[in-house]
Amino acid sequence: MLRVCALYPDLLSIYADRGNLLLIERRCAWRGIGVELRSVGLGQRLDPDEHDLLYLGGGQDRDQALCARDIAEVKRDALHAAAERGVVILAVCGGYQLLGHSYRLGGESLPGAGLLDVTTVREEGPRLIGNVAIEVELPQADGPRVLAGFENHGGRTVLGPDEEPLGRVLRGHGNDGRSGHEGARRGNVIGTYMHGPLLPKNAWLADWLVQRALGLDEPLAPLDDALEDAAHACARRAAGVPA
Amino acid sequence: MSRLGPRTRLAVAAARGAAVLSRRAGRGGTSLPGKVLLRIDPDAVRRLAARLPRGSAAISATNGKTTTAAMVAAILERGGTRLVHNRAGANMAGGVAASLLDGRGDLGLFEVDEMWLDGVVRDLRPRALLLGNLLRDQLDRYGELDAIADRWAALAASGAARRMVLNADDPTVADLARLAPADGEPPILFGVEDDGVALAVLQHASDATHCRRCGAPYAYEAHYLGHLGRYRCESCGARRPEPHVVARDIRLDGIRGANFQLTLPDVAGPLPIRLELPGLYNVYNALGAAALATALGASPADIAAGLQAVRPAFGRAERVRLPGRDVAILLVKNPAGANEVLRTLALEDGEHDVLAVLNDRIADGRDVSWIWDADVELLAPHVRRVVCSGTRAPEMAVRMKYAGVPSERIVVEERIDRALDDAAEHADGPLYALPTYTAMLELRALLVARGAAEGSFA
Repeated sequence: MLRVCALYPDLLSIYADRGNLLLIERRCAWRGIGVELRSVGLGQRLDPDEHDLLYLGGGQDRDQALCARDIAEVKRDALHAAAERGVVILAVCGGYQLLGHSYRLGGESLPGAGLLDVTTVREEGPRLIGNVAIEVELPQADGPRVLAGFENHGGRTVLGPDEEPLGRVLRGHGNDGRSGHEGARRGNVIGTYMHGPLLPKNAWLADWLVQRALGLDEPLAPLDDALEDAAHACARRAAGVPA
Repeated sequence: MSRLGPRTRLAVAAARGAAVLSRRAGRGGTSLPGKVLLRIDPDAVRRLAARLPRGSAAISATNGKTTTAAMVAAILERGGTRLVHNRAGANMAGGVAASLLDGRGDLGLFEVDEMWLDGVVRDLRPRALLLGNLLRDQLDRYGELDAIADRWAALAASGAARRMVLNADDPTVADLARLAPADGEPPILFGVEDDGVALAVLQHASDATHCRRCGAPYAYEAHYLGHLGRYRCESCGARRPEPHVVARDIRLDGIRGANFQLTLPDVAGPLPIRLELPGLYNVYNALGAAALATALGASPADIAAGLQAVRPAFGRAERVRLPGRDVAILLVKNPAGANEVLRTLALEDGEHDVLAVLNDRIADGRDVSWIWDADVELLAPHVRRVVCSGTRAPEMAVRMKYAGVPSERIVVEERIDRALDDAAEHADGPLYALPTYTAMLELRALLVARGAAEGSFA
């Protein structure tokens, strides 16, 4: 049984985040792995021991500010305890910014969970928008792999000196359009700007997340992924990095 | 041209020259002359609009601009009004300028892209401005929805439009009513009042579920379409205003049409309306058109007759006949619009043959993530066979698979010509084509080439 919890799904789901949850849910079901999907919203307590995988999506500025304050006041300690326990946390776009130290927007600085050593600033200048492909090396994965998706963010995110990016930008902007870094990863905590959504374009990552969340030594049993593989190839072509 | 200054006269001449050159070069160029005009005289829209004897009206919305404008045109032309109207759908400043350049008429009727609305309206100074809805659309083009809502709010407060016509059921749009300057004409509101068409739960593609004023979540008594419905804020007390133009007793008739009772202000008794356009979204378009026409002084008889005379535009629930196969074309371009199409299709009996064409060109939105916000699950149990095509065909196929369509019923053919032929050949009944915008244009060319004639399932 995989226990999945979406944080603030009514506020942080602007970019088709449902697609990510649907990939996890269906791929588990096809393998006979039960999935329990819960959600925790504003003001509600998060129990760090009740979940195997936490998901945070993206939201509009106003909604993201509400979540930032709630994380600081209500959920910060629980998030740290969950990460400590090895719970998989996947945070996309706005959710990624919320896992860092802070997000500065004009005169305001939104607090973050501080789970990733990153800071984000909304700079003057265009939003970073377009198809993106990155190369990642994950533990228990078979060598370097490619993730393809779509990015659309006004914030520029910079990693602290000891923080590892999720991957290296092959095409696209990544964290800030300059560093060549995309996302950040610390153990099972992953933040990324890649949506599109991320998992339907990279079904293998959905399986990797489930394997880590369940603490399995071996990869999950393979499925017939002809359509998923074609979708991955299509997203890579769109980003200019054909397989 | 006598009352225009020399700069505008020069600009008009240059723009007409550009129009001739553009046509000779074989380009449609509906907005090129307008762009030339604005380059030389940035004030041209204001100057040309000021010469319209009966002023102008503007329409904006995420979904339904073109259809609503066609409805308003049908109503007003029935009353003898000659319109200057950007029918070709060129709805940014250049397109409006081009229509003003070409048009001879009494009244301007312009659909305007939601992002460029404030600039165009400040120049047009319309008698009435209809705002139909603000739904999640191509976010990669426009940034976030709140930014547009803020610009609309500033526009509403500016009084640039003498009167606003607002959808009471869209909380973001309805909230603009309180911003209208006190010395202007009071806004006209329209809405649906029929729990029979309400949804059990909020659709996934809903956006503005939090109060514009205080940020608390809205409580809904009824959900109609996306975030449209009967809502109230339990924190600050904001609630859906009472509409003046209302649809009741709505009966949706599959993809063929819809019937409802239309209430207009100061008119005794409701008017029965039969729309030859399907879905609740077209009932909303009709309400917006009726409310705007009321603001412009149209008679109830013209409103009823005009609405009933409107037929589907190409690609908007249009039905055509190929040799041996009926095809219905239902444009899908964003989650809220797609949901209405999917809901309408789910009302049709039997299992459907579907051609889903997903392109990611600029006019479609480069980001195709929206297909995961659309409730494809509504359609999935009714799919007999689906051919997925377009530049992002395999991603549409994955969406179908995860919505619950068995893999063996899903075919991927990226080339749209082969996809159309395959889908038409293997279909059992009518073929339902669901293209994005540029895919719809490609389909149109293909259908014409294959001898499509207007047809009907009725």
